[in-house]
Amino acid sequence: MADSAAVEWTDAELIAAVLNGETASFEPLVKKYQPRVFATARRYARRESEVEDIVQEVFLKAFQKLRSFRGDAPFEHWLMRLAVRTCYDFLRAHRRNREMSFADISDEESDWLERFGADPSDASEHAAAARELVERLLAQLSPAARLVLTLLEIEDRSVKEIAGLTGWSLSVVKIRAFRARAEMRKCLEKLAREKYL
Amino acid sequence: MNLAELRKKLLAAARAHPPGWDVPYAFEKRVMARLAEKPALDLFAIWNRTLWQAVAPCLAVTLFLGVWTFFAQRNDNSRETLAADLENSLYAPLDNQTETW
Repeated sequence: MADSAAVEWTDAELIAAVLNGETASFEPLVKKYQPRVFATARRYARRESEVEDIVQEVFLKAFQKLRSFRGDAPFEHWLMRLAVRTCYDFLRAHRRNREMSFADISDEESDWLERFGADPSDASEHAAAARELVERLLAQLSPAARLVLTLLEIEDRSVKEIAGLTGWSLSVVKIRAFRARAEMRKCLEKLAREKYL
Repeated sequence: MNLAELRKKLLAAARAHPPGWDVPYAFEKRVMARLAEKPALDLFAIWNRTLWQAVAPCLAVTLFLGVWTFFAQRNDNSRETLAADLENSLYAPLDNQTETW
């Protein structure tokens, strides 16, 4: 089924073929959804080798758990749930970055902060230094805080969507979002203190 | 420094730079190659699965023996015989001692 390039198979047909033992039919599914999974993984891992490991893990899990896909929602949603949970597991397993301090920020980041301190409108959010700083800031947060802030504040997802993606209840998402904002505020205070002391 | 404004600015920076959707060349082949590999023998998983499979037969045997013992005791009303049998069994080595010497 996977070799017949002229015919466009639907996800449901490909999944049915995989479940019937045609492992090769999984390849078009990987090819179709890997860009999206890569983009998701890059939100949580910086090194490209780590990103590749996460994406590979997502597809291996998807293959192993394919029988649990009921088909009442699009395959993409099911896969993205798996991707987000795998990224969360990755964050929990790699908490070492949290020890990083703001003392080692680059000259560009320092300049950007100084410009921001003098006049916030003068520091552009499109600058590479701002991107580096936000990466540094997110890396200091706990895994749950980073995940919930990324989904809520950066990807603009609703609480309900986050609950669906993470498997947490609505109230747990709200509590974790509240704690995540507080955690981020503390990190920013630390940044300001280290910068100006 | 206005921290609330800084927070807004940094989050805006993260939104302004979404991660790339690019994929390494032939990445799907790498995934398919991993799928084709023989899975490693996971002894703990096998042991775990075997234990779970053994749960139902063990429960069935326990239940059967429990019911059997219960009904056997109800039919047998010679409690004193059981006590005497137990005593005989316990003293049997002492009783037979003279004979063996």
